[in-house]
Amino acid sequence: MTAEPNAVTREGQPEHRPGEQALTGQPPAAQAGRAGGRRKGGRKGGRRDEHVMVPDATFTSYYGRPILKASPWEKDIPAYLFMGGLAAGSSLLAAGGDLTGRPALRRTGRLGAITGLSLSMVALVHDLGRPARFINMLRVAKPTSPMSVGTWILTAYGPFAGLAAASELRGLLPRALRCGLPGALLQLAGRPAGIVAAGIAPAVAGYTAVLLSDTATPTWHDAHGHLPFVFVGSASAAAGGLAMLAAPVAQTGPARRLALGGAVLELVVERQMERAMGITAEPLHQGTAGRLMRASKLLTAAGAAGTALLAGRSRPGAALAGAALLLGSVCTRFGVFEAGQASAKDPRYVVVPQRERLAARAAAGS
Amino acid sequence: MAECHPVGFQWVMEAKARGAKIIHIDPRFTRTSAVSDMHVPLRAGTDIVFLGGIIKYILDNEKYFKEYVVAYTNAATLVNKDFQDVDDLDGVFSGYDEETASYDPSSWAYDGHEDTGAAQGVVSDGQDGDQGSEKEKDSSSGHEMGNKGANLEHSKVERDETLQHPRSVFQVLKRHYARYTPELVEEVCGVPAEQFLQVCEDVTANSGRERTTAWVYSVGWTQHTVGAQYIRGSAIIQLLLGNMGRPGGGIMALRGHASIQGSTDIPTLFNLLPGYLPMPSAGTHDSLEDYITSIGSPGQKGFWTKADTYVVSFLKAWFGDNATKDNGWGFDWLPRINGDHGTYQTVMDMLDDKVEGYFLLGQNPVVGSAQGRMQRLAMPHLKWLVVRDLQLIESATFWKDGPEIATGEMRTEDIQTEVFFFPAASHVEKEGTFTQTQRLVQWRHKAVEPPGDARSELHFFFHLGRMLRERYAGSTLDRDKALLNITWDYPTHGETQDPSGEHVLQEINGRYLTGEKAGQPLPFFTEMKADGSTDGGCWIYCGVYAEGVNQAARRKPGNEQNWLGPEWGWAWPANRRVLYNRASADPDGKPWSEKKALVWWDEQTERWTGHDVPDFPVTKAPSYRPAEGTSGPEGLAGDDPFIMQADGKGWLFAPSGLMDGPLPTHYEPHESPVKNPMYRQQSNPTRKVFEREDNMSHPSAGEPGSDVFPYVFTTYRLTEHHTAGGMSRWLPYLSELQPEFFCEVSPELAAERELQHLGWATIVTARTAVEARVLVTDRMTPVRFGKDQVVHQIGLPYHWGVGGDAVVSGDSANDLIGLALDPNVFIQEGKAATCDIQPGRRPTGPDLLRYVEEYRRRAGVTVTSGNTLRNAREDA
Amino acid sequence: MTALDGLPPEGHSLYGPLADPAHDAGWVQDPQPRKGFFTDTSVCIGCKACEVACKEWNAVPDDGMNFLGSSYDNSGALGASTWRHVKFIEQPKSLGRQDAGMAGTPAGPAASDVLNRTSESALLGDLTTLGTTNEVALAPPVDLGMPSTVLPGQQDGAQRTDFRWLMESDVCKHCTHAACLDVCPTGALFRTEFGTVVVQDDVCNGCGYCVPACPFGVIDRRIGEKGVTKNEGVAQKCTLCYDRIGDGLEPACAKACPTKSIQYGDVDELRERAQKRVDALHASGVHDARLYGENMHDGVGGLGAFFLLLDEPEVYGLPPDPVVTTKDLPAMWKRAGLAAVGMLAGAVVVFASGSRG
Repeated sequence: MTAEPNAVTREGQPEHRPGEQALTGQPPAAQAGRAGGRRKGGRKGGRRDEHVMVPDATFTSYYGRPILKASPWEKDIPAYLFMGGLAAGSSLLAAGGDLTGRPALRRTGRLGAITGLSLSMVALVHDLGRPARFINMLRVAKPTSPMSVGTWILTAYGPFAGLAAASELRGLLPRALRCGLPGALLQLAGRPAGIVAAGIAPAVAGYTAVLLSDTATPTWHDAHGHLPFVFVGSASAAAGGLAMLAAPVAQTGPARRLALGGAVLELVVERQMERAMGITAEPLHQGTAGRLMRASKLLTAAGAAGTALLAGRSRPGAALAGAALLLGSVCTRFGVFEAGQASAKDPRYVVVPQRERLAARAAAGS
Repeated sequence: MAECHPVGFQWVMEAKARGAKIIHIDPRFTRTSAVSDMHVPLRAGTDIVFLGGIIKYILDNEKYFKEYVVAYTNAATLVNKDFQDVDDLDGVFSGYDEETASYDPSSWAYDGHEDTGAAQGVVSDGQDGDQGSEKEKDSSSGHEMGNKGANLEHSKVERDETLQHPRSVFQVLKRHYARYTPELVEEVCGVPAEQFLQVCEDVTANSGRERTTAWVYSVGWTQHTVGAQYIRGSAIIQLLLGNMGRPGGGIMALRGHASIQGSTDIPTLFNLLPGYLPMPSAGTHDSLEDYITSIGSPGQKGFWTKADTYVVSFLKAWFGDNATKDNGWGFDWLPRINGDHGTYQTVMDMLDDKVEGYFLLGQNPVVGSAQGRMQRLAMPHLKWLVVRDLQLIESATFWKDGPEIATGEMRTEDIQTEVFFFPAASHVEKEGTFTQTQRLVQWRHKAVEPPGDARSELHFFFHLGRMLRERYAGSTLDRDKALLNITWDYPTHGETQDPSGEHVLQEINGRYLTGEKAGQPLPFFTEMKADGSTDGGCWIYCGVYAEGVNQAARRKPGNEQNWLGPEWGWAWPANRRVLYNRASADPDGKPWSEKKALVWWDEQTERWTGHDVPDFPVTKAPSYRPAEGTSGPEGLAGDDPFIMQADGKGWLFAPSGLMDGPLPTHYEPHESPVKNPMYRQQSNPTRKVFEREDNMSHPSAGEPGSDVFPYVFTTYRLTEHHTAGGMSRWLPYLSELQPEFFCEVSPELAAERELQHLGWATIVTARTAVEARVLVTDRMTPVRFGKDQVVHQIGLPYHWGVGGDAVVSGDSANDLIGLALDPNVFIQEGKAATCDIQPGRRPTGPDLLRYVEEYRRRAGVTVTSGNTLRNAREDA
Repeated sequence: MTALDGLPPEGHSLYGPLADPAHDAGWVQDPQPRKGFFTDTSVCIGCKACEVACKEWNAVPDDGMNFLGSSYDNSGALGASTWRHVKFIEQPKSLGRQDAGMAGTPAGPAASDVLNRTSESALLGDLTTLGTTNEVALAPPVDLGMPSTVLPGQQDGAQRTDFRWLMESDVCKHCTHAACLDVCPTGALFRTEFGTVVVQDDVCNGCGYCVPACPFGVIDRRIGEKGVTKNEGVAQKCTLCYDRIGDGLEPACAKACPTKSIQYGDVDELRERAQKRVDALHASGVHDARLYGENMHDGVGGLGAFFLLLDEPEVYGLPPDPVVTTKDLPAMWKRAGLAAVGMLAGAVVVFASGSRG
């Protein structure tokens, strides 16, 4: 600004247009420093000094409104997570059963995989705002988009899992086809398809954790170090559980071991995860999410115990333990999902951790 | 200003950026306060005390601009010895007549003008005898002042340039404001003396030779029973500080909506003709001569003495060749008024079945006017109602979904009124002009065709006139002469037969009718003649079509011309951007300060020159002194800058022209929770009140029952809506921003009345009760009165109305407001009244009436309560 | 061009400073300067012209008639149908040397309190006989949930402290590293030649992944009537008026802003302007003034639309230290890979180990 921006001389007015530089609380030239001197001692700023970086116990927000948007996803997504995991684990058991001569295990696995896969795909499409445009998922392949990666993983996995299941079901084909070339081909294709599917399956089970973690949703994102292990554990337990439920005890030894391992992995890593997360783990203990997570731990633990102690001896015992593991896995997926949604709706889980981060950085800096 | 004029506020922000200090004086902390340097919350209706306090500060501390005050104002003029001030008469000025509750202003006149004022404010109670119990008086002569000073018999005045004479205006002023101390301001306005003094320091430090200060008010300032005196108060300050006629000075009136200035220049007011010529009054203006003399006495100074040229040219514009010298240029064809025909009077006349038909043009009175109930109850008395608006506003649907249907006071099947709705073209769908507060006339081109049947006002009235003239063709009745003799020959174009707006503008500008220039547009109103050789629809707009060019349509960018932007649009008169700018130079014609040069006397060329068009006879030397008794423009001395004033001076003291006193003096609002601490006289003794069952007022402070309505409410607008909502409540994008009627209350009041944020509250007056959502906010603050009394104020935006057609609707705040009017301009007191507030929703149906009746009973409200005009004196 | 999004990103494409996000996204020919907003809240007058102008130009439907009572904010938050959102914050704080005129004003009940209460109780009787709905009568006043926690007047005789009214026009931040864009599985979201982030509403299939990915809660999926509401089920947000700036026009909101609170231009130039502005405000005693999102080293590599704030970000409902989620994506893939391999190994083991049966 010029010395006299508002001067109007005989020559006219300085062209200077200060535009948007207005200042509030400027004392006029006449009594610089005087204005605003009144009424000191008023409660300055009320709550906190601007420049102290330590977050106060009562964090600030805009009318308590969420800072983030919770995902618009509904029940479809956690269901999809569960089904995908179940399918993945089942493919593994199917291939193993096939190679180690456990036909019942193979059959259960292959059918479990295709059922899980189909249902998960239905859930995935149903959740879209524009289901008719599902195909647009295949326009691009983006490593930065877990959903894109997942789509391609499923695209790769699906046909083989399908082929394996088809060869399992060729008995249902009309006689002509069954004994004809198609039948023969299906029989031949069964094993290689199953093995390929099993090779891809762990990716199917693992990527869903990244799908949730690669968001700003506090509880999901902060879990990113552990969630993949929780999910593959949960998937293994579920798949094992299904096998124990559907196949004779005699053939489900590996399934029981897989289920047990998965269950233990899930329970142990979930504990570590919560400890590592800090405040954003709270939602895992509160409300719907809290109830689901408690149920999941209970069921998984019981299922694991059942697997270890009963499942080897009695079919009903195995079935019971298997059902518990399946339900436990469902609860895990829904619990984690709900916890994330809750964490996004409460500004506390955005402000407090970020304030702590800033405070730490400031401390390190100074 | 940021609230209601956000676009214009960009210039305030630029001034701020240039270092200007912004002070916002308002009971509420608004969006304007948010970016102001200082916000001064005061009790609604106490502005005269605040302004008077500043005047006293200026006088006591000799902060006034002495040379300016002596030379350019009437400070030195001596006042009539019979003048007595309010302190001598317990709250009234000399000349007050208790019978008619009005003034005979002759004792306010200048020394030697004793008989002048009598012409003003004629008391004519008799002629309106049929007004029943109403204390009715014809005060329209005050209304007529428009923007001109009142006339004087002659310009000869006694002056004492030492300002020491006890009867000099300056000394009168000193005595009058002696009581307006910072302590009084603190007691009455609730503004801490400390903060008040800060304002005084800021305003005076920023005024004088080197600096100028501007005052800006919005029309809310006028909506008081002393509204005109508020403006007078700021005018006195600006004159004392030398802020008139100078760059960066002046008083800005922010209007309620586009072209309100234009609608007074070329008026929609019942008692004005174009250019602030008064509408002739029956009895007083029976001959053209009487009429012209009443506008500007031949003996006075200034341009009003040329009124005959304005009037005759105007009559020629209206009646063309039919206007001849013999028939007095058709003066007799003009309608006559015989009293108040203002909007509120008209509504009451409707109730008395005196009005058959009613035109509503872009106006939604059942929501936007005070006494919404009275407005709605009156309309069924009409035979027909024409509504021209963008939307089906509540005023067009009152007969089916008005609140009185719900209370059972009206039944649709009983209403015989025939309502005609005409969809109107919006401002982008028609050509024409806007005239804003700075008198800047800006032409609008039509951007798009109006949709469907929507048409412009111009289209409507041209064709209505055309059809009427066809119907009356051949009539020999006197009453039809005006209609048949009027010129109605505007060319039309397009399939909708739209009349040409440019043609109308040319007629407004005026033409030479005879001589070699015949047919050419007039360049300036001094060219107007009283012999019928010129015409011109509005003398002050003369020049808007100079050289045959639509000057209002000029749009040269600011960076391609000087800082006043003289080539953007056109400002009346004569494209002057700063009125009375002769005052920007000292008596010798030099700028008061080289930093504040606007126009000055050029010795070489012997002409007035400068950035602006000089508002002064351009060759009249500063040293010029008229011969004794010279009148008219020639009578103006070289140092008489206020060329429209009868004595060429700025009036600190108004010897005539005002109905309620020559100086602003504090009266409490018509309804106030406190007693006037200054004198026994509580409220304006000349305010216009109506003692009617449907317009009851609350007992004044101190009277029994006044505590039933302990709170003050004030109404206002929000940025998101426009007045009564016709242009905003039908638009989702605007409606969603402020979807519901709410009341703003302080946390203190919320605690006192247990109002819940976001809950409902019922606000009650003797008129009715409305319900609103509660918005508790720190922006509302209680103010102190005196030592220990606290006054709570409630804020009510008035945009919503009850109806079924808008996107959002709700109760209307204006239903709460009773009618008590300023005696000069008959404007309602909408910005300060009393009420009660209770948590919860209001009763519905007939219960609402019982609820309000119960309040009236408890407060002992009658038709006379609160309507005492002259409060008894000790000795009475 | 969306195929470009599919290419494997170089490391620094995920986070940290980025000279030219448009170039990084593949706009190599005739580069355009990065465009953005500088929203200076210190001159905002809360007129909401930006909200309306935005909806007018972009044909965004109304967002519902909701009286929120959050000061003058009835829009609530940015979303699929609110691309500009003016926030209003009332605080017991001072704004530089501004004198709000509130300090020292009386608080607590009025002198005429007792009278009023008696007449009120009488009245409440009448109310009940009149059978009105008085549901909120006698309920205590509630905390407004405003940043200012104390309601003056709660304590009798208490006096007001300072006061200020902050306003901020919020908008999509057009991040240097935009999580919404990174996670979009269809390429519907893309980086324009101006470095801004825009949704192609004819490509988006409404998977909703961008919604939880945004660290500012800006983008959302539009809810509405199928086949009626425009772009129902599709992710929507500010486009920085891609269809205007391409023709050299400024975005609708900036055009409509009367006080130049919203300034549009080249981000580099805006950053300089903003810094000068902060210095000027500090000099004038407004020590609270600070820039938000102008720092290229923050968690999102700086914002294309950044702000001058007068208080902490969270007071305005903004995250104090936003980080683009994909910054951790490589780590996430590593962990997921490890878990997957572990699962495979586990399966092999469970079959290899143990006796048959």
